[in-house]
Amino acid sequence: MRNALEIEGLTKTYGDGFQALKGIDLHVAEGDFFALLGPNGAGKSTTLGIVSSLVNKTAGRVRVFGYDIDTQLAQAKLHLGVVPQEFNFNQFEKVFDIVTTQAGYYGIPRRQAAASAEKYLRKLGLWDKRETPARMLSGGMKRRLMIARALVHEPRLLILDEPTAGVDIELRRSMWAFLEEMNRQGTTIILTTHYLEEAEALCRNIAIIDHGRILQNTSKRALLQQLSVETFVLDTERELTEVPRLEAVSCRINDDGALEVDVEKGQGLNPVFAQLDRLGIKVISMRTKANRLEELFLRLVERNSVEHHEPEEGVA
Amino acid sequence: MSLQALWVAFTTIVVREIRRFTRIWPQTLLPPAVTMTLYFIIFGNLIGSRIGVMGGFDYMQFIVPGLIMMSVITNSYSNVVSSFFSMKFQRSIEELLVSPVPNWVILAGYVTGGMARGLGTGSIVTVLSLAFTHLTIHHLPMVVATVILTSALFALGGFINAMLATKFDDISIVPTFVLTPLTYLGGVFYSVQLLPDFWQAVSMANPILYMVNGFRYGILGVSDVNPYVSLGMILAFIVVLAVVALRMLARGKGIRH
Repeated sequence: MRNALEIEGLTKTYGDGFQALKGIDLHVAEGDFFALLGPNGAGKSTTLGIVSSLVNKTAGRVRVFGYDIDTQLAQAKLHLGVVPQEFNFNQFEKVFDIVTTQAGYYGIPRRQAAASAEKYLRKLGLWDKRETPARMLSGGMKRRLMIARALVHEPRLLILDEPTAGVDIELRRSMWAFLEEMNRQGTTIILTTHYLEEAEALCRNIAIIDHGRILQNTSKRALLQQLSVETFVLDTERELTEVPRLEAVSCRINDDGALEVDVEKGQGLNPVFAQLDRLGIKVISMRTKANRLEELFLRLVERNSVEHHEPEEGVA
Repeated sequence: MSLQALWVAFTTIVVREIRRFTRIWPQTLLPPAVTMTLYFIIFGNLIGSRIGVMGGFDYMQFIVPGLIMMSVITNSYSNVVSSFFSMKFQRSIEELLVSPVPNWVILAGYVTGGMARGLGTGSIVTVLSLAFTHLTIHHLPMVVATVILTSALFALGGFINAMLATKFDDISIVPTFVLTPLTYLGGVFYSVQLLPDFWQAVSMANPILYMVNGFRYGILGVSDVNPYVSLGMILAFIVVLAVVALRMLARGKGIRH
């Protein structure tokens, strides 16, 4: 399968000497739903900024569907749609004008642009707001407007930088459903997010970036398999007042009063249930703790911070 | 991009610019109309009637070409500088930067948008002037060439100013401290032949003097300088500023990190 995005040896040093990217390599296959995760200042937005021509790279190569941004920038841009982290449209323009103007920048004739704008504004629930100046929209609507604008020229690769930041849960779920639908129809999607459950729910492949370096670049499944311990949450019939003593597993009572049990991979749950049964504790429901990726992410980033910690000047 | 796609992108920028300055017409089209009407009343009618003849014409007729040119210069410049800087400030410039529009089309679009406002305002002022004086055209091609090229030149200047600006103060410095003094000292209200030799020589270093006089020649047939030299100078400035603007765009000066 061909790659939608290929990044090789990408470095970026800003004017003040800050090295945001230290030679990253990244390949995203066509049709993938890919997450680029990392803490603030890790280099996510710089990477996406370089791919979308908003940031000048210092060195390295970037290709979008095989088009090198150094030599075939216009072709690369034709295949790319970008949803930035911050609102970057003219607040005084009307919703419909913003989307059709963007289509015009891609050389799409007015009639075709209007049809495409209508299609995406309807899909994203903004058609009724088409004559509204952008500044009058709610935060969630502004985010959807940026998605409609990014899609109006039908790009094959859609890049979203924190697309659901500050969006309520209901809207976030509807945006997830929309993005999944786009991906099913063949659009390759790359997103950065702070909501790790978002990456876990949506993405097939994940790269973790920190301090300008890629720490992990693998499938979500492979990444999650690195977890040697999985945590299960057990809801009990009677609320527990003290933590039960269980052999070979660690457990605790969480803030909701449910029992959290850490089970090593391959250990199985039967011994846990047998022990709870002997103690007279009846389990009425069970689920895995949702933030598996979050645990792994924190572990990787913490390890990287320790490895790359440089003592401050003057500290012995 | 194909030629047709380039044309669509170019017209999109131009239409967007025209839509912007017509949407905020009380800020863009009305003020020059009011200001120039006051100039016509005060300088042309009230004071001008006491000044008498200048350059072989009554004072009102003499200042009309300069005032038209003044509004063209100011509005061509300020349209591009405020529109492009606002896009930078709101980051909506990123809409253009992520798209495949070549830099020369971006520049041409903004300059044409600035020219649309400059020439539009010039037309409004011309129509208003007809209420105060009788205008004849001495050399139509010279009028058209001078006003269009001057408008393009100052739209380019506004573009460069916007690229360099980092705050709103930066977009008012040049119009206030450079353009306005040069325009007032560029022979809008007087013939430089009234000045002592030294100040005549100093005035010859003012590029706006050539534009005002080139335009005045086209309308009245009188000029302090050779109008063809004026045209040549404007063209030369256009080439220099266009090269500078394109180099800035290629480097992403102030718009790419």
